[in-house]
Amino acid sequence: MGNYAIEAKGLSKWFGSGATRTLAVSGVSFDAGFDEMLYIVGPSGSGKTTLLSMLSGILRPDSGSVRVEDIDIWTLDDNHLATFRLQTVGFVFQDYHLFPRLTTVENVAIPLILKRVEWKDAIEQAMHYLEIVGLGSRAQLPPNKLSGGEQQRVAIARAIVSAPDVLIFDEPTASLDGDTGRKVIEFVRTEVLNDHRCILIVTHDNRIYEFADRIVKMEDGRIIGIEKGQAHA
Amino acid sequence: MFGILRIAYKLLVNDKGKFAALLMGITFSVFLMIQMTSMFAGMMRKASATVANTGAQMWVLDRAVNNVSSSIPMPDYVLDAVRSMPGVKYAVPLSSGVGMARLHDGTYQAVTVLGLDDNSLLGRPRLIAGTIEDIYAENGFIVVADEELPKLENPKLGTEFEINDNRGVIVGVATVPASGLFGIPTLYTTYSRAIQYIPSMRYTLSFVLVEPASAADIPRIKSEVAKLGYEARTQREFVDKITSFYEWHTGMGMNMMLMTIISFIVGLSLSGQTFYTFTLENLEKFGALKAIGAKGRELVAIILFQATLTALAGYGLGIGLCAGLIALAKLRLPDYASIITFPNLALAFGMVLVIAAISSYIAVRRVLRIEPFDIFRG
Repeated sequence: MGNYAIEAKGLSKWFGSGATRTLAVSGVSFDAGFDEMLYIVGPSGSGKTTLLSMLSGILRPDSGSVRVEDIDIWTLDDNHLATFRLQTVGFVFQDYHLFPRLTTVENVAIPLILKRVEWKDAIEQAMHYLEIVGLGSRAQLPPNKLSGGEQQRVAIARAIVSAPDVLIFDEPTASLDGDTGRKVIEFVRTEVLNDHRCILIVTHDNRIYEFADRIVKMEDGRIIGIEKGQAHA
Repeated sequence: MFGILRIAYKLLVNDKGKFAALLMGITFSVFLMIQMTSMFAGMMRKASATVANTGAQMWVLDRAVNNVSSSIPMPDYVLDAVRSMPGVKYAVPLSSGVGMARLHDGTYQAVTVLGLDDNSLLGRPRLIAGTIEDIYAENGFIVVADEELPKLENPKLGTEFEINDNRGVIVGVATVPASGLFGIPTLYTTYSRAIQYIPSMRYTLSFVLVEPASAADIPRIKSEVAKLGYEARTQREFVDKITSFYEWHTGMGMNMMLMTIISFIVGLSLSGQTFYTFTLENLEKFGALKAIGAKGRELVAIILFQATLTALAGYGLGIGLCAGLIALAKLRLPDYASIITFPNLALAFGMVLVIAAISSYIAVRRVLRIEPFDIFRG
């Protein structure tokens, strides 16, 4: 394993064609280490989400490379890329994307089930992670019976249940009130950022900047600055 | 994969409203398809009833004959010619015609009269009252105790009646596997009496029933009969000819086929649309699964499993509903012509699979097209 969890070099991505062709990310290079919580911030349309997608193996860049744990992920085919995401990356989506027809614990168990873990074992492990996020008593409820903050914690449990080294958070506090959002990120900082893990967070919310190790600032598809966060040791 | 299918199952059945709508669509479609084809099968069974009831291996008939009730009489030499053909074990005549029975209140009732070979009585029905020898008694007739019997005022042994201005006496009561299509009672008598009582053309031989010496002789018998200008058919081939006639030359088959196709389209529309909506509602979740690391084939497995499960459950419910209603109808209407056959079930099963395949194909295309990046973009 290399020194960095993620190394991005010269990443560029265009969208559209002809007159409407737009450069979303332009020649971005940066790295993120293990045990690091790194924020990507910037105004809407600055290319944060596009960059995050390229870093996590979801969106193929037009140029540049991404190495995650020394694997050049964009040399992998679609099947291997899916396996890479399943093994290495945990996602927490802005709208959580929990299945309302499954119980909370079943939602958390999904990555394990995709990894072919036996149903019973998957549910047991998912239960363990639900307890870690403080929702053990809500395991059998459907997600829509939970509050926004609780759903966010379920999504976090789902992201960490398969013990990935890289966690991706997309606007994690966008649907939460200020206090709840702060508590969730504080929880992530204290309970999730361990075990040689790297966390990337795309956010607009400057109320949670205090938990960042570094903050990557983007504008018009470019990095305009990388600052040390308040949590930097 | 079992865990993924379990997820698929829960996603499907826990959405009770959609699942019920999906089931209803398939069930209704299967019910209509089986009902239509069963009615047709029931009518065809009745149309071929005499062929099946008689049980002869081969039939010799005029080429223009399309069913037993409208036979075209052949000259007597045909019987002798067939009997002298190599490979024929034996051959006997059969007369089939319609007579008018006069009831006690003076009204008339049409009856099918089958005249069996006087010597062998080949094709005789199974008696439940009386003895077969009594058919030789003066004016003796055997009546079939089926759902049409009440139309003859439920005659019993010894009941006298008038048929085509001749005296008739019931000397036996019989049962047959299937009753006729036209809803009229059936009487059996001897060939000689039948041609005496039932008006005919110059020729009187409706059919020749043939027993080949062996199955290998059948082609040769057919060929020899063809040289006479007539045709010989096995029992199955004659039934097929009758079915084909009703299917293609009466409009009955075409109407049934249209109704079956309409049922299929109704089922496809209802289920396809509901399944597509069901998939669309979960599309973002499928995108999230893809982002997490689900492979395309796993998402396809989820959709195919859901479609197959719904199709099979709807198929079972549809059959159950149809069988229940047919049973109920037969309680009230004993001669209700509807019968569920294995080919009907196979046809409906095939169509249900097509419905499931088309519904899931549309959903699969949509799911495979979704990019996980769209989930991030919102």
